Amino acid sequence: MGKIKSASELSKLRQKILSKRDPKKPCITICSGTGCHAYASEKVSNAFQEELKKQKLEKAVDIKRTGCHGFCEKGPIVVIYPKEICYLQVKPEDVTDIVSQTIKEGKIVGRLLYTDPHTNEKIVHESEIPFYKHQKRLIFGNNRKIDPKNIEDYIALGGYKALAKVLFELTPKQVLEEVKKASLRGRGGGGFPAGRKWETTRNANGEPKYVIVNCDEGDPGAYMDRSLMEGNPHSILEGFIIGAYAIGSHEGFIYVRQEYPLAVENTEIAIHQAEEYGLLGEDIIGSGFGFNVKIHRGAGAFVSGESSALVSAIEGKVGEPKPKYIHTAVKGLWGKPTCLNNVETWANVPFIIDNGAEWFKSLGTSNSKGTKIFSLVGKVNNTGLVEVPMGMSLREIIYDIGGGIPNGKKLKAVQTGGPSGGVIPKSLIDTPVDFDELAKLDSMMGSGGMIVMDTDTCMVDIARYFVKFLSEESCGKCVPCREGLRHMLRLLNNITSGKGNAGDIERLEELSEFTRDASLCALGTTAPNPVLSTLKYFRNEYEAHINEKRCPASVCRELIAYYIDPEKCQACGICTKNCPTGAISGKKGIVHVIDQKKCIKCGACIDVCPERFGAIEKISGESIPLVPKSMKVKSIR
Amino acid sequence: MERITLEIDGKKVKAEEGMTLLQAAESIGVEIPTLCHHEDLEPYGACRLCTVEIIKSERTRLVAACCYPVENGLIVKTDSERVNKIRKMILELLLPLAPTGPLMTLATKYGLCEYVKKSEEESEWKVKEFRFPAEEPTYCTLCGLCVRYCAEVTKENVIGFIGRGIDRQVALVPGKCCISCRECESICEGGKFMDKFVSLLEL
Repeated sequence: MGKIKSASELSKLRQKILSKRDPKKPCITICSGTGCHAYASEKVSNAFQEELKKQKLEKAVDIKRTGCHGFCEKGPIVVIYPKEICYLQVKPEDVTDIVSQTIKEGKIVGRLLYTDPHTNEKIVHESEIPFYKHQKRLIFGNNRKIDPKNIEDYIALGGYKALAKVLFELTPKQVLEEVKKASLRGRGGGGFPAGRKWETTRNANGEPKYVIVNCDEGDPGAYMDRSLMEGNPHSILEGFIIGAYAIGSHEGFIYVRQEYPLAVENTEIAIHQAEEYGLLGEDIIGSGFGFNVKIHRGAGAFVSGESSALVSAIEGKVGEPKPKYIHTAVKGLWGKPTCLNNVETWANVPFIIDNGAEWFKSLGTSNSKGTKIFSLVGKVNNTGLVEVPMGMSLREIIYDIGGGIPNGKKLKAVQTGGPSGGVIPKSLIDTPVDFDELAKLDSMMGSGGMIVMDTDTCMVDIARYFVKFLSEESCGKCVPCREGLRHMLRLLNNITSGKGNAGDIERLEELSEFTRDASLCALGTTAPNPVLSTLKYFRNEYEAHINEKRCPASVCRELIAYYIDPEKCQACGICTKNCPTGAISGKKGIVHVIDQKKCIKCGACIDVCPERFGAIEKISGESIPLVPKSMKVKSIR
Repeated sequence: MERITLEIDGKKVKAEEGMTLLQAAESIGVEIPTLCHHEDLEPYGACRLCTVEIIKSERTRLVAACCYPVENGLIVKTDSERVNKIRKMILELLLPLAPTGPLMTLATKYGLCEYVKKSEEESEWKVKEFRFPAEEPTYCTLCGLCVRYCAEVTKENVIGFIGRGIDRQVALVPGKCCISCRECESICEGGKFMDKFVSLLEL
């Protein structure tokens, strides 16, 4: 393939690709995102190849390994076009049935369809599954139609059309104005208006100017940037080139975590292919504009996602934040103006150019436009990546898309914004999700982490978990963040292990306020959020831990005891066999008893006790009832 | 060079572009405490002891005076209640780690310790209360003066930081040879440049 030298050559190429493709030809797409990959989607894909060969169908049917579809709970996902028949949790042994029945005879393999847990109805088409139906998959939607290793898939869907429009029909200033008019806000966490950032870099003194894609996603449980980078790298690249044109930059860096090998691989391939097609490098599409991109692999630090730390890391120094009284946009990489945006922010750009700022502004709320991808995880039925218009309520996301809370449990709270976000209690889940509304609740949008918690979650333990994460991931440079977190963690460890004292809550508040006000970078200033928000909404749990030595959710190991209810125990012996320390005594017909001195509170007994007995419970804050020696089992009525 | 006028603690100050708030304050004799600052080194902004309050377009912010550049019309408060609360907390958190002279002197100003006369000849510093105890003193506040001096001035890079977050510590860079300039020892704010280094370096 030679380099594309004009806009018309690009559209001719698109026509050529499309003309070679028969939309009626069956195409088996297999999700190959990291989630499905972990479920062995590669084996499924290989099985399809072999089966098609065996049934002599390899010419009649296409196979495509696509990016992440988002419904990771049900992977590996297989969608068969043109009818969009969606099979979930497909195993290699299902492949013969799919090929023989669906491909050859047009029949549906019922057992592999999505079953609505409420109505028991089977759903055939991917877009009709409730998980997808309530979403607005603008940025993430093309993942499932594209082989990320094949640039022609992206071009076929209209890819690089926005770039050609920008290069031949708009001046850099016009592009900038369009992005400003669209009110696109940074998707990495801060929510700073992207257009204004671009403008600052464009107008700043100093050459060369640099642009950076921030793909140092590191929040526990969050993987939206990763999946976009892996699944549709060209959409980010296209937005990136458009941004560089508007800003007047000719050199860019994509900062990807080394721990994201597929993202690194697919980005490398994408850059290489884009250069080969003349869409990147010197004289892009014959416009005279040149832009080169390098990948920088991150050495794996959460704090390196902070812009000044990321810039230091690219410079080859330790990824530590610096005081940013002069913004990175003015003085960044090697002291030059540098515009840094998150993966998702760049990926929004081609859509704004293609459809116009007015269209983009029609999506979302008054101050948060467009859509946002969230990583919906935790105690929710449909975990995965979801993309919704800004302003959708937490309730809709958790219940309509997420399918509610598993195992008949009830919702307690939602944690948004990653480790330095905040916890939002159930009473506030009708809040529309956008930058400002979440901030009002002392939480934040962050990069889009959303962790659902059920009533079995201890909020003090949650605060402890996030503070521990941050105390390990802080760079440790400034005193308020390092020492503040050290002592917050110490106090939280004490409280959750029953060693809390009166005054600890006030001390936590004092430390939180100090760390928030005095830290050097945003990691420190937001680090107390998990403590402050749990204290705000669940202060009574802290008080129960400290004053009554009780964990209301029965989570904190040192504050709970396992107890076998003599009224329910049927002396089946399963728990005694599974107890790793031999703490459970009892024989046939005699109620089993846990020796509290030997018990290590691993919970193995509660897991194995048959559901119909449900004899084992966790007790917190009260003494364990005495069971008479050699008590006989009461038979179940 | 553009002349900039700002206000520090109610006094008008003329400064030059590129100066920091700390330098501007020093020029009129307003003392701002520092720990990680050194005039031969690049501003670092880690100890936050030089935190001051600034008012800009009616908005108040807390910034590190050692790094923040002077701006026309800026109002700076170096001794406000918020500022002093932060400084006191910084010292309270660092004292158990490095309970030595330089830190004690500073802490005395914030009522955290006192100088107790034991006898005619003997007197000692006493910390009033350890609200935030350390497991054991390390005599290091991680201010990075030694690390940065070795990197920026002597350009030897013999000392560095290892670990992250609460595990951060100062260590020797493997394979590097010390030139025994002993600057790190004299620059140390922890008061007692880690004995272990001195012995490791065989100074």
